[in-house]
Amino acid sequence: MKATDISRPDYFHKVVDCQWACPAHTPVPEYIRLIADRKYTEAYLVNWKSNVFPGILGRTCDRPCEPACRRGRVEDEPVAICRLKRVAADNKDDFALWLPPIAPKNGKRIACIGAGPASLTVARDLAPLGYEIDVYDGDAKAGGMIRSQIPRFRLPEEVIDEEVGYVTALGPVMHLGEKIDSLKELLSKSYDAVFVGTGAPRGRDLNIPGRLEGSANIHIGIDWLSNVSFGHNDKVGKRVIVLGGGNTAMDCCRTARRLGGEDVKVIVRSGYEEMKASPWEKEDAIAEDIPILNFLVPKAFTHKDGKLTGVTFEKVKAVHDAGGRRTLVTTGEPDQHFECDDVLIAVGQENAFPWIERDIGLQFDKWDMPVVGEETMQSTLPHVFFGGDAAFGPKNIIWAVAHGHAAAISIDKFLNGEDVTERPAPGVTVISQKMGIHEWSYDNDPVNDPRYKVPHREKSISLKNMKAEVELGFDEITAFREAQRCLNCDVQTVFTAKVCIECDACVDICPTDCITFADNGDEAELRTRLKAPAANLTQDLYIADGLPTGRVMAKDEDVCLHCGLCAERCPTGAWDMQKYIINIAQAGSACRTRT
Amino acid sequence: MTYIAKPQLHHPSLPSNAIGLTRRDYEGRISTLCAGCGHDSISAAIVTACFELDLQPHRLAKLSGIGCSSKTPDYFLGQSHGFNAVHGRMPSVLTGANLANRDLVFLGVSGDGDTASIGIGQFVHSVRRGVNMCYIVENNGVYGLTKGQFSATSDKGSKSKRGAENTESGIDLVALALQLGATYVGRSFSGDKEQLVPLIKGALTHGGAAVLDVISPCVAFNNHAGSTKSFDYVREHNDAVNRLDVILGRTPIKTDYAPGEVRDVTQHDGSVLRLKKIAADYVATDRNAAAAYIQEHQAKGEIVTGLLYIDPEASDLHDRLGTTRVPLNALGTEDLTPGAQALARINAGLR
Repeated sequence: MKATDISRPDYFHKVVDCQWACPAHTPVPEYIRLIADRKYTEAYLVNWKSNVFPGILGRTCDRPCEPACRRGRVEDEPVAICRLKRVAADNKDDFALWLPPIAPKNGKRIACIGAGPASLTVARDLAPLGYEIDVYDGDAKAGGMIRSQIPRFRLPEEVIDEEVGYVTALGPVMHLGEKIDSLKELLSKSYDAVFVGTGAPRGRDLNIPGRLEGSANIHIGIDWLSNVSFGHNDKVGKRVIVLGGGNTAMDCCRTARRLGGEDVKVIVRSGYEEMKASPWEKEDAIAEDIPILNFLVPKAFTHKDGKLTGVTFEKVKAVHDAGGRRTLVTTGEPDQHFECDDVLIAVGQENAFPWIERDIGLQFDKWDMPVVGEETMQSTLPHVFFGGDAAFGPKNIIWAVAHGHAAAISIDKFLNGEDVTERPAPGVTVISQKMGIHEWSYDNDPVNDPRYKVPHREKSISLKNMKAEVELGFDEITAFREAQRCLNCDVQTVFTAKVCIECDACVDICPTDCITFADNGDEAELRTRLKAPAANLTQDLYIADGLPTGRVMAKDEDVCLHCGLCAERCPTGAWDMQKYIINIAQAGSACRTRT
Repeated sequence: MTYIAKPQLHHPSLPSNAIGLTRRDYEGRISTLCAGCGHDSISAAIVTACFELDLQPHRLAKLSGIGCSSKTPDYFLGQSHGFNAVHGRMPSVLTGANLANRDLVFLGVSGDGDTASIGIGQFVHSVRRGVNMCYIVENNGVYGLTKGQFSATSDKGSKSKRGAENTESGIDLVALALQLGATYVGRSFSGDKEQLVPLIKGALTHGGAAVLDVISPCVAFNNHAGSTKSFDYVREHNDAVNRLDVILGRTPIKTDYAPGEVRDVTQHDGSVLRLKKIAADYVATDRNAAAAYIQEHQAKGEIVTGLLYIDPEASDLHDRLGTTRVPLNALGTEDLTPGAQALARINAGLR
């Protein structure tokens, strides 16, 4: 194997699994250390800079960081990264003081369509640079799906108001209640750039027999949630069936329980395991006495006298073909009928762009989605950019934020006459954390505590009140303990071969057997010869050559605890623990090409 | 200045041995020796050897004297019996312990000062008597605890860290052990666990006096140019005569070596020592030839390593004294107080 080039920004970035997995590349270990230090405002700032909505995401994020967390590979469960983020938001001081200064107006005008997370991120990134920004949204309040689709018992309105408020405080002009019906018309207002962040606003319907007849009691999930959010709807029948297995279905069923639903069930086509909903959302639903029935395909809505009476399902089972592809086939058993008063359909969301004229030079692909550059977020109309669910279909809030950052960079470059495909490189610093013998500037002693659970409000109370937040958040002590579970993966093991004397001290001390000195070989073969087999191919081997014996140092990054014992037991300082800080570029002069 | 304990978290694929323990279960407390000390590597090799032998930790007694080396039993086998004796007196304590309980596995850990200077008389006699033990000398050729004076095993002509030359002859513990009748004699290097771990396994299962001279560079005082016990010097001058595999009774023996390349030696406990020859003319079962070979190559500045001598028919002190098969703590009252008649018989035999 070739020696690893650790000067490549990506190499150490990948070792910080959580940060690498986060679409917005939030520096997770950094803010977790700040929380352990009770520096909540600073922790919030670190978050705010990269993900804009720490309080919101600390309650609702899809948490791509957690399955990636190294802790989950050395013991049972990852660090509760998401809920620690909320601790920073809950305990911070007045954050308004930390908002960035606003540059004098630069004369360029930008329109953001939709006031959801993607648009607000664009506004957050560009407003301080002096751009004049108009944000348009059909709803009366800003926030987009954050406000309309996420129920209050998961995300209190004050949190949305506060964090949306930090963006609007930066000066964008909010045109709320102004729905854009024609892109052509908006383009005629001679904006220098337009950002489309309109989400995936159309809930998929289920056109099976009886749909029309029962329509008074059959609702599209996201529209129904939105109506509840905005107070247009505060009741539901006693018996409710929710169709669909995603997070929207989980929000629907739990909301239904709070609006009078006593017998609420979720019924899904697939198996329980394959459901799209996050595991913790399924658990929360089940905890509220909502059964999830699987392998049932809806066949017809039954009705009597023009009123919905229930739903009939075909029983299916999963069959895997030779190629491993799964199909659902009937079990041959008789259909099953469930009675109900209301049905909520949450079987997916779609994009819809009826308001974009097809003759303005903006290309759509065969799935009727706009053609958008994956990195640039630029459409085929050079001054129109897309982001969030509007760009590539339904994803989640944190992806919308990441898109917003990328689009902001593109818009900034575009309006400065630069090539948007030239993406700015991140800024990287790597600094030794050594303070003395056996002394490091981070807490290097890993704890053995299992993951702490976030306390929940008592069910009897939370089920009665739509606005009573179910999760109560970690208290400070529990937050500290949970923060201590973080392995500080951003403090990297950096090896300098030319001072190594191959004494084996690091090999002997490493608690997870990560380090091996061996003859070089090709990667697949070398992986089998290490002190512990390196079977996780998604994790790199760190290879260093130039040792006195001609062997190589091979470190499997997979389960390194970043405890620093290799560096402590190294007599020559060949190992050092160095904090890797990556500054992902954001819109501004620093990301433009210097001339 | 505080040490963190070695974290309990371990590699998810960490294997268990036949008695359900992992290698980590054979560790001790974290070392307080200088970073990079060869002794720590030897401790790690002992841990691996005991794990691979499926040794029950409570069936092993580790004994040591005084010195850096003699601190190390604290750093391995945290669940075994331990005894830290007076300087140089470990061999006597070990002999006594062995006589009292022959069922334990005895591991003596000592250094070049503890063995070759203050304790040389004790060492000599315990080997001569054939005490059943694995006696490891962690040999760095220097008095590290007292800041780097030459020790009795420093080679003549070797330079100290300050540049002074050693003008006295060094004691070769391997030659000495051969002369004293040790039935298992090996030399190895702390920086070569592939060689060291099987040598320790063989010594622990040997059944007689097994002596291992392990060169263990002192990174603080004896790892410079001019030293003959530095990492670089030992690597450059290492003349390994063979490679050892220890095959336990239950492992099927595979024969995929050409004849002449491999020699299997079966020990009393049924374990097989498989010797892969490196030096074609080296015969590990011939005491005199071994001694000659070692001296010849030593004269050329080479450090001969490997399993240098093995007597498969080894016997130990108990065999020679005809002592009881039963450990003293397991003898019943009847055996311990045989009565006036038995005493009279003994007395009569002495008249």
